[in-house]
Amino acid sequence: MSAAPLKLANGQARPLAEIPLFSFEEFRAYALDRAAGGGKVSALFAAPVNGAKTIVALVSLRLTGEIEAVLVKPEGYRSLTPEIPSLHLFEREMAEEHGIIPEGHPWFKPVRYHKPFNGGEAPVVGVTEYFTLEGSQAHEVAVGPVHAGVIEPGHFRFQCHGEKVYHLEISLGYQHRGIERALAGGPHGRTLSHMETLAGDTTIGHATAHCEVVEALAGMGVSPDALEARAVMLELERLANHAGDLGMLAQDVGYLPVAAFCGRSRGDFLNLSQVICGSRFGRGFMVPGGVRYGMDAAMLEDFSARLARAWKDFTDASALLWTKPSVLARFENTGTIPFSVCRALGMVGPAARACGEPRDVRRDFPSGAYRARPMGVASLDSGDVFARARVRWLEAEQSLRFIQSVLKPWERSGPPDSAALAPETMAAAMVEGWRGEILHTAVTGADGRFAAYKVVDPSFFNWTGLAYALRGQEISDFPLCNKSFNLSYCGFDL
Amino acid sequence: MLRELMTRIRQGHQTADAFPDGPPPAMPERFRGAPEIDPARCKPAACARCVEACPTQAARMEGGELKLDLGRCLFCPACAEACGEGALTFTQDIRLAASKREELVAGAGPRKLATALPEELRALFGRSLKLRQVSAGGCNGCEAEITAMNNVVFDASRFGVQVVASPRHADGLLVTGPVTENMRRALMKTWEATPAPKIVIAAGACAISGGPYRGHPEQHDGVEKFLPVDLYIPGCPPHPLTILDGLLRMIGRIKG
Repeated sequence: MSAAPLKLANGQARPLAEIPLFSFEEFRAYALDRAAGGGKVSALFAAPVNGAKTIVALVSLRLTGEIEAVLVKPEGYRSLTPEIPSLHLFEREMAEEHGIIPEGHPWFKPVRYHKPFNGGEAPVVGVTEYFTLEGSQAHEVAVGPVHAGVIEPGHFRFQCHGEKVYHLEISLGYQHRGIERALAGGPHGRTLSHMETLAGDTTIGHATAHCEVVEALAGMGVSPDALEARAVMLELERLANHAGDLGMLAQDVGYLPVAAFCGRSRGDFLNLSQVICGSRFGRGFMVPGGVRYGMDAAMLEDFSARLARAWKDFTDASALLWTKPSVLARFENTGTIPFSVCRALGMVGPAARACGEPRDVRRDFPSGAYRARPMGVASLDSGDVFARARVRWLEAEQSLRFIQSVLKPWERSGPPDSAALAPETMAAAMVEGWRGEILHTAVTGADGRFAAYKVVDPSFFNWTGLAYALRGQEISDFPLCNKSFNLSYCGFDL
Repeated sequence: MLRELMTRIRQGHQTADAFPDGPPPAMPERFRGAPEIDPARCKPAACARCVEACPTQAARMEGGELKLDLGRCLFCPACAEACGEGALTFTQDIRLAASKREELVAGAGPRKLATALPEELRALFGRSLKLRQVSAGGCNGCEAEITAMNNVVFDASRFGVQVVASPRHADGLLVTGPVTENMRRALMKTWEATPAPKIVIAAGACAISGGPYRGHPEQHDGVEKFLPVDLYIPGCPPHPLTILDGLLRMIGRIKG
């Protein structure tokens, strides 16, 4: 192997010149070595580095809490997906965006159905003929992109034999609105709005990762109080979404009282975010360098009382789920994913922890307020809908305790006047959003602007997990499996 | 069953049913609803800080007067913060929807809110409005608030307003998102599958103007380019009460 990879901490910036350049064969040997040791390729994307198109690879090492960075020459290469399946989307993405083709990719097809970055024609969205099931008794059931509920667009093909689903082909890209392309050359006036709307239900998660990236590139300090305030908002976002998900899971097994109660509990937590920053989704709260809204002692008292009340009602409602045999019977052994598959697909977040993957950014790569207070990891190992539901409950409990333990008045701490970004530098920030790991990576050019900005939403890894969960199930299990993941279409499509 | 009943009693009555006949529930102080422009404090000749701060060019100077286009506004705090003179503030008023695109432009003085559909449509939809929601790009924020509009607090179904599973069952489309190129065809097919007479509602900054993605070649700056819009509901995302208020004005349940 050539030079050693560059090691950096979560939320750190380093000059591009310090990152070693590998040939693809060298990268292959390095990636296989790290994968064997439990390392995870968290990002693999092409970016202009010193004006030349180069592949950037980030590998996260859970046991040491480090992120390793290497650059790779953008040449044609033998696909690594057969050995490291979790790379399948990164390789397809680089082919779609930049025409860097992985030879022998076993699952080669478009990702978001857009035009290549250097121009050309877009593939036709929704075409799912890349993988089909054939046979006299085989049939396909198509769903979407316009679904029966109030759901984002995506196309699903259930490839079945009789009642049994052999494979679920998921075709996305309908939400593609060109965010990464628009971020290049930034930060612009709209950059923060783009961050807040990468996945609207993860506004705080994505905006936190973005602020950490900008702060690292600009050498901008953030007060400890502001870091704690961000963490309070992040955990509030988790509480709201986990409460909502438990309600939706109850709805999909026909247990309507809990569906109604938890649907309202979700709103109680969203309304707490609205008290702090005027928006139920945390819009307008985050800003590089700090937080836009403070919390004084009088507000805090009211907030704490409302939080306690919301928690009491949520506990009261969700407790019904864990004691109802008909609910548990439906949750257990549905959509099971073994640990080996979870690890191979690189799954993240509650869905991975429900398969026994002991990984949580807040403990393994803590940044911000989590450095002083790393969280425990809520994990189960049955890998089924039950585990995905129960992990959410365990995490909600942790979030509440975290908020209550750090809650104290804080002050608004706006952006500093000048925020020039370091030129020819790379920064990466990981945040444990409520769906799982969010990774933002920025590469700056000589002008101190983003030459490339890469967003990896947790859904990027987990959609394939949902497809796997459906194998051997019936179509009627899909809504329940789908809700147990509750993945983001817009966070994937970007 | 007893446990469910006991829980039901403890959870209590949660529906905000003072609305719409009484005032809507009080919004927190920091909520950013309808903007208020105070011309006495605005000095457009010397200052355009709000215009410069706006990420979507919603704030603009027109004939020496400040205007805020709610169809583009993300209701972020940038303009009000940049002002510093208190000339532009956001009130806690959730009423934002309008029937015409130009009526979304706020200036000094009151703005015209959405009015009821023509009588023949109101007779059809006034007490039963079934909508097919089409998510045509965007961030899922508007979809989340439309879902919340149907929860026990806002309970849109008590007014006969429901989201239905098929365009064949629908009286109109509730469109969110800027209409991405990849959703254009699906949106049009859903429209064609909806029986006439039918209406279109654009909910959220994206569906009205492209929102934060305005100008991106991957999308089409909103639904108006393809379909005639009967109701515009601003916001990023609009609050569930803002959506409900707009729908109830459109079907004539709220007047004035």
